[in-house]
Amino acid sequence: MTVALDPPRAGFRPGMLIYDTRYRSITIQVIFMILVVVFGYWLFENVKSNLRAAGKDFSFGFLWTRSGYDINQMLVQYSSDSTHGRALLVGMLNTLFLAFMACILATVIGLIAGVLRLSKNVLVARLMEIYVETFRNVPVVLWIVLVNAIMAVSMPEPKEFRGEAPTASMLFFDSVAVTNRGIYVPEPLFSRSLGNTDAGIFLISNDLLAIIAVVVASIWGYRRLHRNATTVQNATGVRPATRWKGLAIVVLPLAALLAATGFHLGYPELKGFNFVGGVHARNSLVAMWLALSIYSATYIAESVRAGILAISRGQTEAALALGLHPGLATRLVVLPQALRVVVPPLISQYLSITKNTSLALAVGYMDLRSTLGGITMNQTGRELECMLMLMGIYLSISLIISALMNVYNTSIKLKER
Amino acid sequence: MSDLAIDRSKMHVTDEVAIQISSMNKWFGTFHVLRDINMSVMKGERIVICGPSGSGKSTLIRCINRLEEHQQGQIIVDGTELTSDLKNIDIVRSEVGMVFQHFNLFPHLTILENLTLAPIWVRKVPKKDAEETAMYFLTKVKIPEQAAKYPGQLSGGQQQRVAIARSLCMKPRIMLFDEPTSALDPEMIKEVLDTMIGLAEEGMTMICVTHEMGFAQAVANRVIFMDQGQIVEQNAPREFFSNPKSDRTKLFLSQILGH
Amino acid sequence: MAETSYVRSAMLAPQKPPASETGAVHWVRANLLSSWGNIALTILSVYVIYVIVATIGPWFYRSVWTAGSLEECRQIIAETWGEGKRGACFAVIAERWQQILFGFYPKELYWRPTLTLVLMLVALGPILFSWVPKQILWFSITFPAVAFWLLWGGSVWLPVMILVGFASGFAAFRVISNVNGLAGALSAALVPVLWWVFLCNPAAELVQSVLPIGLVELGSDQFGGFLLSTVIGVSGITFSLPLGILLALGRQSDLLIVKSFCVAFIEGFRGVPLITLLFVASLLLNYFLPPGTTFDVILRVIIMVTIFSAAYMAEVIRGGLAALPRGQYEAADALGLDYWKAQRLIIMPQALKVSIPGIVGNFIGLFKDTTLVSFISLSDPMQLVSAIRANQEWNGIYWELFIFVGLLFFIFCFSMSRYSMYLENKLKTDHH
Repeated sequence: MTVALDPPRAGFRPGMLIYDTRYRSITIQVIFMILVVVFGYWLFENVKSNLRAAGKDFSFGFLWTRSGYDINQMLVQYSSDSTHGRALLVGMLNTLFLAFMACILATVIGLIAGVLRLSKNVLVARLMEIYVETFRNVPVVLWIVLVNAIMAVSMPEPKEFRGEAPTASMLFFDSVAVTNRGIYVPEPLFSRSLGNTDAGIFLISNDLLAIIAVVVASIWGYRRLHRNATTVQNATGVRPATRWKGLAIVVLPLAALLAATGFHLGYPELKGFNFVGGVHARNSLVAMWLALSIYSATYIAESVRAGILAISRGQTEAALALGLHPGLATRLVVLPQALRVVVPPLISQYLSITKNTSLALAVGYMDLRSTLGGITMNQTGRELECMLMLMGIYLSISLIISALMNVYNTSIKLKER
Repeated sequence: MSDLAIDRSKMHVTDEVAIQISSMNKWFGTFHVLRDINMSVMKGERIVICGPSGSGKSTLIRCINRLEEHQQGQIIVDGTELTSDLKNIDIVRSEVGMVFQHFNLFPHLTILENLTLAPIWVRKVPKKDAEETAMYFLTKVKIPEQAAKYPGQLSGGQQQRVAIARSLCMKPRIMLFDEPTSALDPEMIKEVLDTMIGLAEEGMTMICVTHEMGFAQAVANRVIFMDQGQIVEQNAPREFFSNPKSDRTKLFLSQILGH
Repeated sequence: MAETSYVRSAMLAPQKPPASETGAVHWVRANLLSSWGNIALTILSVYVIYVIVATIGPWFYRSVWTAGSLEECRQIIAETWGEGKRGACFAVIAERWQQILFGFYPKELYWRPTLTLVLMLVALGPILFSWVPKQILWFSITFPAVAFWLLWGGSVWLPVMILVGFASGFAAFRVISNVNGLAGALSAALVPVLWWVFLCNPAAELVQSVLPIGLVELGSDQFGGFLLSTVIGVSGITFSLPLGILLALGRQSDLLIVKSFCVAFIEGFRGVPLITLLFVASLLLNYFLPPGTTFDVILRVIIMVTIFSAAYMAEVIRGGLAALPRGQYEAADALGLDYWKAQRLIIMPQALKVSIPGIVGNFIGLFKDTTLVSFISLSDPMQLVSAIRANQEWNGIYWELFIFVGLLFFIFCFSMSRYSMYLENKLKTDHH
């Protein structure tokens, strides 16, 4: 008769800490954590003693002191009497504004360039390839400084626009002036404006809020229209025409609002030695915007090209063989699949653009880094606090965008076994 | 194939011409890929095209639904001539269904959506009716329970059967098969071939490019052998396999049936 | 009636395609003029090419290579080609090209950086191309020390002693791991560190006093231009790859604490712009070190750039690791390979092969990012360009300088991306 015996229980030996897989991982992790904590503590102690030696303390109180410097471009009210905190806000808004504009332009250029690169037209495809390779292999700082130099050195001075035989003229029916101090474009004016609301930190134009509200409502209406069309199509098989109705829904309400508020353009005019009226976009902003967009568009073009190439020819062939028109085949079969491939690197590129706005100091655009990490830091001497805040803000923006991208990725993931 | 009693009595050839190809020539650049093709296909015929790789067999059937364009000669499908006239191409494509070697199911749509896409957008069928038709054909290929799944969740054999059902939803009169079982694992080939046999038993006109000679012997009423872009020999399967006349055919058959 | 039987008597020879299907005319019709949209694009492209050539061509043609200032250039152009014509003033390049390349390095010592560049290409040979004899790899390993000595100068014994540290670690590993594997690994790490911290410098000075061999010593402030960019770029590239691999492995590991630390590290460094890290390097690193220690500024920059690039590298390699089928890990386990052996022999080679485009893309990005050091007052090429433009003689010039600097960057980066394509193609044919 055999009895099943329990395996002998080995007693615990210290050597098991390293060799036994049960304990090994815990051992390694504990040692690792101890090392990290010790290292962190050592850094912390160094910082404390260095600060003490320099006679500084660690506080953020400087944010409420008077800044004492001017910012040449701002989206909200600011003067040299405002606090450093407000300068921080102005800088951050400038950063976000520039990033937003650059993302839009880069996407447009990138989409066009990417699609054209795949064109059968050899001339166009080669031209786009040259564009992408040239701009990608040169640092973006060079492009930014170059565009700025072009504008600052080669563009005419305002006074050259005047006189009987001006050496420079305005563009687009005398509405846009390109000078060496910047570009002057017409500004939107409302003769029957709705006024402003005070949001505490800054004033918001009610006109802007109304426009945003109408645009959002139009988009909602447009989507409703298409949803109704799909319902009708599901029921009867025939899809009602949505092109003109859709156009009307998007355009008419906005036009009505603009008419009601007395929308008109204020043109820049040459008075004295300078232009008055209109919106003055300085060289720094235009240079950053153009250079950043054209540079980043090369990466977007490559993503678009990869996305379209990733969809095998067989998909188009199957759709065509079923009788779908090429346009329908692209819309229903190729595009949804291509978007899955294109969108993630596109969002990474947006993140990259946002971080690249910090190069604005090269041309004097007052973004977050130029204010908080530049003049504020130099004036108050609060290097540690400013840097920590600066990195913290950029890190937060990055993490938010990454989280959004992850949400998007998981929601559209193709289901597989 | 041997355990299923294939009812050849159900498969008969009519007198109507389904496809007529006359003096068709095609070039890829300077490469003469199809040379002087003359071929008539009657309704109800089950044609198997075989030949060495590079012989132009896939190109030939892809010309029939204008996935490839021919430069010389005439192709008339069900009374409509294939030219660069888009209207004719539309008509032909809705009458001719195609099954690809690599299935080409749309991975971002469910099986049901794969099947209803073309009927809804091309034939403008209401969604409910399209779904009914789709479920009918899914049941016919014996996988109705997969309707809500995505192609990536199915096996190769199941995907190809879905592809067949997808073509059938457009109620084609002619079915083209471009090496339908070449990308499948051996154990899945049978289920796809069984589906194709079922189609033949219903009287579907079929042109099939394949290496499955067992299928050819059991189902086809004509076997065409192509080499170097031209039709070398064609015959009823029994004569073709037992008594090949051309040397090239003999060589090819010895290679394919030898192992 | 269906034809049932047919045999071809004679095979047809291939014919030429009809005249309208081939030839240049057909190609142009099919590719450039096939539709209205295509025609429009062709016209637009031709116009763009014409505009570019028409503006740039004459400008390049009317170039002046010897002049003392921008004014002089303009004068010469006006005299030779007429008033009002624009031309390139490449004289500024002719005068300043050495400064842009070498920074403030003493002219008589230019042979040192040039020699270093040549040796670098030799050292890279066996790594990049498989037809280079493998013995040169021994030289590649010692190259960092050689480069350091050639560029910064000083006693030759210091880099020699640094190399001795590496050798001692290796020797300790060999000797002690015969006794105990883990102790061997620990001593391989510990012995060199102890040597470097305590004995390295005194040993170097001792030997130097006996046998003085050395080169003129130079300070880091004399580095500038493309010399600076290349030093930072190559160092960053070399060190960020192994660090990136470690981070990627750490992020993938099952050990929760290691994994969390790596995730936080990677996301933290990827989420901030490089310029802020460079600020930290130049301003703040001193806060984090014991009071009184100073570091060479270039070394600080290299450390920061390496860490930044390693974070991006880790993500690229993580993608490569994810592309590997599970079966590879299981096969390695089944063969009895421990973690590090499996990684070294099976997992990493495949993951790296897949990630090559991403890795080289990272390298190119790193090299371009070296221009950011101009923001912390290091004299990179862009900084030098600004300095030249601020000069009274060359005030107002910009195209020529940007073209020169841009061209050099383009050559570097474009070569790297072509090499990456070459490598991909080579490896693709390898295992299929």
